Amino acid sequence: MEAPVRATEALTGLRSLAQGGGPGCLERNDWICGEYLRTRSQELLSATLQHIGITAVSVLIGLLIAFPLALLARHRRGVAGPVLGLTTVLYTVPSLAMFALLTPVFGVSPAVVVTGLVLYSLTILVRNVLAGLDAVPAEVREAARGMGYGPARLLLEVELPLALPALVAGVRIATVSTVAMTTIGSVVGYGGLGNLIASGMEGFFKAEVLTASVLCVLLALAADLLLLGVQRLLTPWTRARTGGRRVRRPAPVAKAVG
Amino acid sequence: MSVDAITGAWQWLATAANWAGEKGVWHRLGEHLWLSGVCLLLSCLIALPLALWLGHIGKGGALAVNVSNVGRAVPTFAVLVLLTLSPLGTHGDWPTLIALVLFAVPPLLTNVHLGIREADRDVVEAARGMGMSGGQLLWRVEIPLAYPLIMTGLRSAAVQVVATATLAALAGGGGLGRIITAGFGNYDTAQVVAGAVLVALLALLVEGVLVLLDRACDPMRGRRRAVRGKAPAPPPGPAPRQDPQPT
Repeated sequence: MEAPVRATEALTGLRSLAQGGGPGCLERNDWICGEYLRTRSQELLSATLQHIGITAVSVLIGLLIAFPLALLARHRRGVAGPVLGLTTVLYTVPSLAMFALLTPVFGVSPAVVVTGLVLYSLTILVRNVLAGLDAVPAEVREAARGMGYGPARLLLEVELPLALPALVAGVRIATVSTVAMTTIGSVVGYGGLGNLIASGMEGFFKAEVLTASVLCVLLALAADLLLLGVQRLLTPWTRARTGGRRVRRPAPVAKAVG
Repeated sequence: MSVDAITGAWQWLATAANWAGEKGVWHRLGEHLWLSGVCLLLSCLIALPLALWLGHIGKGGALAVNVSNVGRAVPTFAVLVLLTLSPLGTHGDWPTLIALVLFAVPPLLTNVHLGIREADRDVVEAARGMGMSGGQLLWRVEIPLAYPLIMTGLRSAAVQVVATATLAALAGGGGLGRIITAGFGNYDTAQVVAGAVLVALLALLVEGVLVLLDRACDPMRGRRRAVRGKAPAPPPGPAPRQDPQPT
């Protein structure tokens, strides 16, 4: 009994797809709807901008905190264990619970979402910064020191450039997961495109949910490609050897320089 | 955190009425554990044979890596809502079950595949030279050598499933997340914090129990150090987890 109904449903779906979600798709509640895109473009744009803003601020703050933490963990090995352990524990807490725990601290505000996302990004960033700095060959460090480089100059001009591929790899992973997790911020009303997914769910509005979801994935991919491009620009010497994908093996990078 | 929120949450948790009944903690915990258990089992049934086989024949590396990269870019919330609005949404728990399995498969696939691929090639070749068949090689050499990464995959998948089951509440599913979303709905901060504490404790408990289980069941307990001598140094940190992903 059900099969013919499904078939006609699929057929109308296909037809509306072929028409590019032509007129009346809002009334029919189609998944894909050009009319929705036209009439709600302002809403979509502001949600996307909020999404980008929350993600960018979170990853930037995460990086600003992760870098000193990684340096500290490197100089005092006793600190490394607790720092990595704590960030791993934070990582295990589901995002809904994290935002819920932060709500009484900050009230219902973007700070809840940003703080939660910063805490998550720390795990990946600290680990990758540390791995990148650890992978700088001792000979390179010795040579720089022999040429009279002080600790600050050694860090900024030798170690940091060599650690950059691992660092950017970490930033890419953190950014992509942050874009996806920002959607959960809709529980406090600051979820960027997640707000649209939530309101679309409440109103059973298929086009809104699908459009916001697709935009979210596209945003993650765009951010990933952008960061990959930035890394290639900053470290032209790695291009010959690695595809920019070597997250955990930064050693060949150093070899290409040495 | 304000003191009010902590005492409020404590009072919420100390009230027996909040633990009983359809919307009580015990019922929600039951739903959460049942959903997580079923989905973990399903994901293992799908991912383990596939990853073991692909790793054994030495193919599918790109697939195993890309699956987890794509998994990271797709918001769990979006998948849950899309499945709920699809025709499947009228079939009870199915949207949640499918979403949970979808997000548990990537960590399993990636880690198990990596584990088998990175099993010391010399040892595998030696075993082959001793006349072991393909099946023997897989069961008696590759799997024991890949054990740490297989367990890491299992642990990631389990934590992932427990976390995703929390999000199911956002799309109207059951589980402990429901306590949090109900709290948000009633502007009841005490309930929100109490639910969050319960969810966080459950996630940490699952991770902890699996770490202990991992140590207790290691087929090469005490012998691994000798084998590891040749392997590259493990990455820093307590859990050399491949591609972690919070939810």
